Formats: sequence, C-alpha cells, structure tokens
Amino acid sequence: MNQDGLRLDERLERLKLFGLASPAILLILVILVVPVGWLFYVSFVGADGSYSLENYERMWKRRSYARIFRTTFEVSFLTTGLCILIGYPLAYFIAGLPGRLANLCLITVLLPFWTSLLVRTYAWLVLLQKRGLVNEWAISLGLWDEPIKIVHNMTGNLIGMVHIMLPFLILPVYGAMRAINQDYMKAAANLGASPRRAFWTVFFPLTLPGLFAGSLMVFILCLGFFVTPAVLGGGKVIMVSMKIVSNIELFVNWGAASALGVVLLVLTVAILWVASRFLNLENMTAGGGH
Amino acid sequence: MTTTKGEALPISVRNVTKTYGPVHALDDVSLDVESGEFLTLLGPSGSGKTTLLMVLAGFTRPDRGSLKFGDREVIRTPPHLRDVGMTFQSYALFPHMTVAGNVGYPLKLRKVPKAELERRVEGALETVQLGGFGSRRIDQLSGGQKQRVAVARAIVFEPRILLMDEPLSALDKKLRDQMQIELRHLHEKLGMTTVYVTHDQREALTMSDRIAVVNHGRIMQLSTPRDLYERPANRFVADFIGDSTFLAVTRRGAQIFHGDMALRHDAPPPDADNLLMMIRPERVVLSRNGPQDGANNFTATASEVVYQGDSFLLHARLADGDMVAIRGAMRGENVTSLPAVGDALTLCVAPEDTVLIDGSDA
Repeated sequence: MNQDGLRLDERLERLKLFGLASPAILLILVILVVPVGWLFYVSFVGADGSYSLENYERMWKRRSYARIFRTTFEVSFLTTGLCILIGYPLAYFIAGLPGRLANLCLITVLLPFWTSLLVRTYAWLVLLQKRGLVNEWAISLGLWDEPIKIVHNMTGNLIGMVHIMLPFLILPVYGAMRAINQDYMKAAANLGASPRRAFWTVFFPLTLPGLFAGSLMVFILCLGFFVTPAVLGGGKVIMVSMKIVSNIELFVNWGAASALGVVLLVLTVAILWVASRFLNLENMTAGGGH
Repeated sequence: MTTTKGEALPISVRNVTKTYGPVHALDDVSLDVESGEFLTLLGPSGSGKTTLLMVLAGFTRPDRGSLKFGDREVIRTPPHLRDVGMTFQSYALFPHMTVAGNVGYPLKLRKVPKAELERRVEGALETVQLGGFGSRRIDQLSGGQKQRVAVARAIVFEPRILLMDEPLSALDKKLRDQMQIELRHLHEKLGMTTVYVTHDQREALTMSDRIAVVNHGRIMQLSTPRDLYERPANRFVADFIGDSTFLAVTRRGAQIFHGDMALRHDAPPPDADNLLMMIRPERVVLSRNGPQDGANNFTATASEVVYQGDSFLLHARLADGDMVAIRGAMRGENVTSLPAVGDALTLCVAPEDTVLIDGSDA
C-alpha cells in the first residue's frame, strides 16, 4: 500500500538534500578543486611552455632544495615537540581548575589566537631584539651579561612559532582531559596506584588521541608557515613556503613554485593518511569544541 | 574460585565531621561496622551517605574525626595505600584496557607474577560469572556485565574491606533484583566487610545485615532491616523505609489515645511529647464482619480503590478526616468483591502492628 508514493517521497527528500548542499559543493569545486588542478598542471610546464618534468628534476638535483625541505621538517618537528612540552602541562593545569577559572584561563590561551599573526610576530621581534625587553630584563636580573642573539635565527623563529601554535595543541588536549571521567582516577587510586602511577597508566593514555590530534594539526600547519620564519628567522631559516615566494617574486618561475607547492601538498596528505591509520580524524575537530 | 576468604576487618568511625561552607555533609558521625558484616548506608540524595563512603575510601578529607580499619588508624592514609576494594556508580572501568587488563590492574600494581596474575584474573571473572570474557573490550559489554567486571576488579586483590557506591542504580529492575541476590551470595562466599551505599530502601532491606539510615549528615538509626521496618526510631526512618500512614495521637496519663479511642499497643511508647502512630498499609486488616476483639478498630470510608494485579491499594478516610492507606493481596474475598468508593469500612490494626514513634523530628 502506498509503496510508490513513499518511494517517491524518499527520492524527493534526497534530491532536496542535494539541492541544499549544491552551493557549498560548487564553492569547493571552484575555490579548491580547480586551483589545485591548475597548480598540478603548471608544475608540469617547463620554461619553454611545453610539458616537462624539469621543475621536479631541479628539486631533486639541487642540494639547496634538500636543505630547505630538511629545515622545514626540522622546524615543524621542533615546534611540535616544544608545543607538547609546554602545552600538555598547561592543559593539565587548566583542566584541573574549577569551571569558571578554567574558562578564564582558556580565554587567555585563546586571546592571542584571535590577534593577527603579523602583529604577534612583530611583537616578538620587538621583545627579542638586541636592545629588546627580554635582553634588558635578563641583563638587569643578572641572567646574562651581554645581549644575546635570540632573534633573526632559529631560536627566535621557534619562540614565535611555538607561541602561535600553542592553542592548536592545547585545545584538543584540554578537550580530551576534560572528557575523562573523574572516577577513573579515583578507581586507579583505590586499586593501589600512586598519583604518578595513575597518571601514566590511566590519565595519559586517555589523553593520547587529543595529544595526537593536536600535534598533527601543529605539525601540518608548521609545514606551510611563512610569516613568522620570514620575520623572526632573519633569512637564516628558509622554509618551503619562503622558497615558493622567492621563486615567484624573484625569479617569476611559476612552474618551480607550483612544483614546490605540489610536493608540500603531497607530503601533507601523505602524513595525514599515515596518521589517520592511527587515529580517527573526527577526533581532531571533536576535541576543540570547549 | 581462587579468591580465598581473607581475614575481614572491622571499621570504626569516630566523630567524623565534614562541612562544605555552612552545610554539614557529615555531622559528628560515629559508626562501627563489624568484621565481615554487610552494612548499608541508606538515605536520600544529599544525605551524606556518599560523603561518608568517600571518607572511608580516602577521597574526601574530613574536618576532624577518626577512622580505623581494624587497629590501624587510616584517616590520613592516602587512598592508594588503604587497600580497600571499591565499585563506583559509573563503574569507572578503564576504557583503554580490556576486561582482563582492568581486573589485572590492581594485581599488576602489586607486582603479582604473570602466571599467577592470569590465574587470579580468570578466577575473579569466574566468580562473577564472566569466565572467558578477559579479552573483551569494555565498550562491548552490557551494563550488567560492566557491573560484574567492576566487582571482579574490586575483589581480585582480596581486600578485607569492600565499598560499593550505588552499584546497581544504572541497571534495569529485573537485572537489579538478580544482581542483589548475586552480590549477597558473593558476600557470603568472600566474607569481606562490606559497606554499601544506596538510596533504594528495598535494595537495602534485601541485602543488608544492618542498615544505617542517613539524613542531614547524621545517622538517624542503625539497625537490622527487620528492626528498622518494624520499630523505626523516628518519623524520618518510618517515612523513608516502606510505605506508612501517620496518625496524630495524644498521651493522657499512661494511655495513648487516637481521638477518643484508647490504643492497644505492645511496645511502650517513646518518651516524647509529640507522638505519632505509624501503620504499615499491609498490616491493616479489612474486616468484613465488624470490629475484631483485641485490635484497634477504625471506621472509615473508602475514597480511592486501585487494582494493582497482585494486590490492591485502598485509601480510606477516617471519621476525623485522616487518611489511611491499606494494601492487601488479591485473593479470596477481595477477588470477588473489592470495596467500592464510598463504602463504609472497618479497619483493624493489631496491637503488635501499632507502632508509636516520636513525631517531633519530621
């Protein structure tokens, strides 16, 4: 009874759903799929305008490129590592605070997050320079005698990047910590685990998905970083993104720039693919919603 | 069964007080739990029963007082050194470990050799009828199975004291009834001193050797289930445990009167100005042949009759306007002719069922 009518209703419903989603699908097609396709295409066009692999060959042969890729990964690894070392204890501290205080602390973590990246980067430049606040205070406190070089090098770059990336790590980790049932820790203690033991056997393993998600996010964002290394690295820290810029601005070589972009994109996707085998990618967004 | 009957320990609580701001969560509580006893802390939510259990486990630090397990003072001992088993209302099974991982956790901490650990884990699981479930993940278990795993984990290291915080409240009624009996058998088998927290009075009556009724951070009465039901010490206990009707009564000389009727009662009335007579609905006899000799007879009018399958519930209005509840089994005369609303009734309460209590403490 009414079989045909009901089947028709179901088909109409699905059609409506597709209609609602179509503007978004179109938008993704126009601003994502088409440009990326174009990027791939350009990367295979040589200097003479014909199909060629020369852009990739150059990357393979020139040692400077290898060094740039190595620097990029080094910076990303170090930044991620430092973010974990600083962010995890901080998230742990905030998660242990009562509700209102925890929210206040989270806002202070997020506040820089809402400030312009450029502003924050230049602010670090001011703080870290030779006659900057950090050096002057350290000298007046007797920590060191001469102004030391903490900007225009790897140190300065890392300070800036860690500061900018920290919220991306803290949010998912904090979310994971908050989701842990307080009874787990009580049960661990009741069963005979010292606080340290309970932390390493129960609490820490349960925060791993959040930690992993946060680290992955930081690492991948670091791979494409440009402004901070350009300003705080002082030309000593050359990352892939900066090489892309110089290829276009200095050498007007769109093919070379595109090839770099493609390699970076492929590497990122590869990392995500490997990571997704270890963790459910949905966790990445689920953790930060607090 | 590999879990051997450990030497159970008595618990002695003395003058334990815990305040949260102006609220007395525990108000000078003293309590003795005998070795091997099954004692239930029964009370409404916010009564302090859970706070008391948390003090026993070491998760709540009281303001003052003493707590002894056997001869050992433990009030300042951190939870992980108290060596008591505990089950949580939420079960608190570690989701990143298997069933065997959970049950083996306390043994691992105690550095039990691997072979013995495996043997004892399987033994504990068999005790709770989950033999062979060791490799399951926690999220693959049903509520009842989780409850059993939680129990297995709490007993596997052979603690001499077991604390249980509303262990059955998340289960459906049928399973709860079954688990009550199972936990009771388990207690008989293992013999550890058990302190059980619940807000379910029927559960408390079913399982306990003794029950401590808790309210406003104090123990209102500590006694056997039968004694609590038959001889409640005050109105709170009478009200909280079972259904009851309260009638105002007065003392004239040595006699107790309801209206103009001198009451027959077995137990002497408590020494209080404000007295109440408590009647359990199932102890009221619906007499079809008029007043009975030797009983307290009330005339009343049926105002509501509810058929409940195995029994009936009847609300009757006494001559002075007080309401009395009556419950009876659906058999015999009641099946063929249940009273109707408006019928005149004779209610008989035997002297031993006429309980006089101190009504000042509402």
